[in-house]
Amino acid sequence: MTDFAATLDNPPAHAPVDVPEFWKRFAPDLAADRVLWSDILPGGAHWSALMPRGSTLRFVALDAGVNLSLMLFSAREKLERYSMPDSLKAQHTAHYTRGHVLMSDMGRSLASFTADTLGWHDPLGALLDAPTLARKYGERNFETARNAMYRNGRDGLLIEIGKYGLGKRDLTAPVNLFSKITVDDEGRFAFVPNHAQPGDYVELRFDMDTLVAYSSAPHPLDPRPDYAPGKIGLAAWRSGVAAADDYCRQFRPENARAIHNADQLYLM
Amino acid sequence: MTATAIRLKTSALNPAHAVLDRYQPAGEPWLHAVKQGQTLRIEDLQGNQAADVIFYNQHDISEHYSATQTMLQQGGIYLTTDSVLVSNDGNAMLTIVADTCGRHDTLGGACAAESNTVRYALQKKYMHSCRDNYLLAIQHADVGITKRDLVPNVNFFMNVPVTHTGDLKFDDGVSGPGKYVEMRAEMDVWVLISNCPQLNNPCNGWNPTPVRLLIWD
Repeated sequence: MTDFAATLDNPPAHAPVDVPEFWKRFAPDLAADRVLWSDILPGGAHWSALMPRGSTLRFVALDAGVNLSLMLFSAREKLERYSMPDSLKAQHTAHYTRGHVLMSDMGRSLASFTADTLGWHDPLGALLDAPTLARKYGERNFETARNAMYRNGRDGLLIEIGKYGLGKRDLTAPVNLFSKITVDDEGRFAFVPNHAQPGDYVELRFDMDTLVAYSSAPHPLDPRPDYAPGKIGLAAWRSGVAAADDYCRQFRPENARAIHNADQLYLM
Repeated sequence: MTATAIRLKTSALNPAHAVLDRYQPAGEPWLHAVKQGQTLRIEDLQGNQAADVIFYNQHDISEHYSATQTMLQQGGIYLTTDSVLVSNDGNAMLTIVADTCGRHDTLGGACAAESNTVRYALQKKYMHSCRDNYLLAIQHADVGITKRDLVPNVNFFMNVPVTHTGDLKFDDGVSGPGKYVEMRAEMDVWVLISNCPQLNNPCNGWNPTPVRLLIWD
C-alpha cells in the first residue's frame, strides 16, 4: 500500500485518479459490482464517511491488536446520535457481536452488526486523549516526527466531527471495534490483549443514512508500552436494507423495534 | 485508585445547617447551580429510587460529566465513596465524599420516550420519561444547555452489574429508605436531575418516589 508518510512525490498530472482496489487484498469475497469504495486506514489515523441506508461497511484487522474508535450520527439530523447507554440497556449487553445493533438516542437503529469473526467488540466507550497518550507513550509531535507523530483518538474524532459542525459537546462514548474489555465482580476493567488478529473482520449495515467518524488510535487500556497502532482495511458495499427475516431484526424484540423505527423514517 | 467495590461511609454534616433542603417529588426535574466547595447530598427517601443526574461546568457548558472518563480514571464501572466524577476534558467535577448506599451506576443512562418504544413496546411512547424532564428543565432555564448536551448520566442508587460474559444486568435492590450519597463540587457546576419516572422496570421498585436534596457551604 501507499504509505502517506513515506513519500512526498505526487503522481504526474496525466495519471488516472489513484484509487487502488484495496478491498481485493482483504475482502476478496465481496462482489466487485457491489463494492462502493475501499481504503486502508493507517494506525493512529482518523477519517469519516457518510454511509447511506442499505450500505455495509466491513472493517478488517490488518495487524494484531488493532482498535477502531467509532462514533455515529444520523446524517439527516445530527442531533440524533449513537447512544451507548440506550444500546446497552435495550440489549442487556456489555459487548457487541453479530445480531446487536447500534441505537440512536431517538430509539432507532443506526447500524447493525451483520457479520463478526471476533464475538466481542468493546462498547464501554473509553477513548485515548492527549494527556493519557503523553503519559503512556511520551510525546512525538509533527515537528520532530512529521506524519509519524503520535495521534490520539479523542483529537482524531474531534477533527472528523468538526468537519460537520459538531464539537466536543457531541463527542460521547464511542464504540471500540476489535477491542475486548471485561469487568470483574468488583466492577474493575481488564483489557484482553491481542484480541484481534490479522484477517478478523466485522461488518456494520447502516439502517439509516449515517455519518460515521473513526480513529485507529490505541485503546486507552491497552497495556503495551509502545505506541504501535495497527492498520485497518475498510470496504463499503451495497448490501440492501434489513429484510423481514434479517438476523439482527430477529435477534431480540428490542432490535426488531429499533430497526422498525428506522424503517419508519424511510417510508417515502 | 483502582477498586470500585462498595465503600460505605456516613457523613458528619447536619441537615439543620444545610443552605438548601429540598423535597424533590417523584418524576420531577431540577436544574441547580452548586458552587465549588459546596457539598450536595441526594437522599433516597423511600428506597430504590433512581436519580438520573448530569453535571456541567457552569462557566463552559461544553465541559460535561463523562461516564467514560470517569470509568477510565478509576479503572472500573461502579461509583461509591472516593469516586471522582470526571469531565470530558479530564477534570475532576465532583468527588463522592460519603455514601451509605455503596453502589451507583454510570452505564444505564436515562429513559426517554423513544428508547421506551424500543425497550418495551411502541405504544409506551407517551409515558413520562427522564429525557422529557431534562428537556423541560433546560428549555425553561435557557442557560445554554441543549439536547446535544444530554450525555450519558449517573444513575444514583441504581445497581447495573456487568457479568463476566459481557451481559448487562439490572439487579437493583442495593438502596433503601434513608440511604444517601454526598459529593463535594470541585468546580462550579450545574446539576441537572431527573427523579426518574420509569414505570416499566424495577429501577424505581415499580413505584417512583421522592428524593431529598441538601446543599452545604
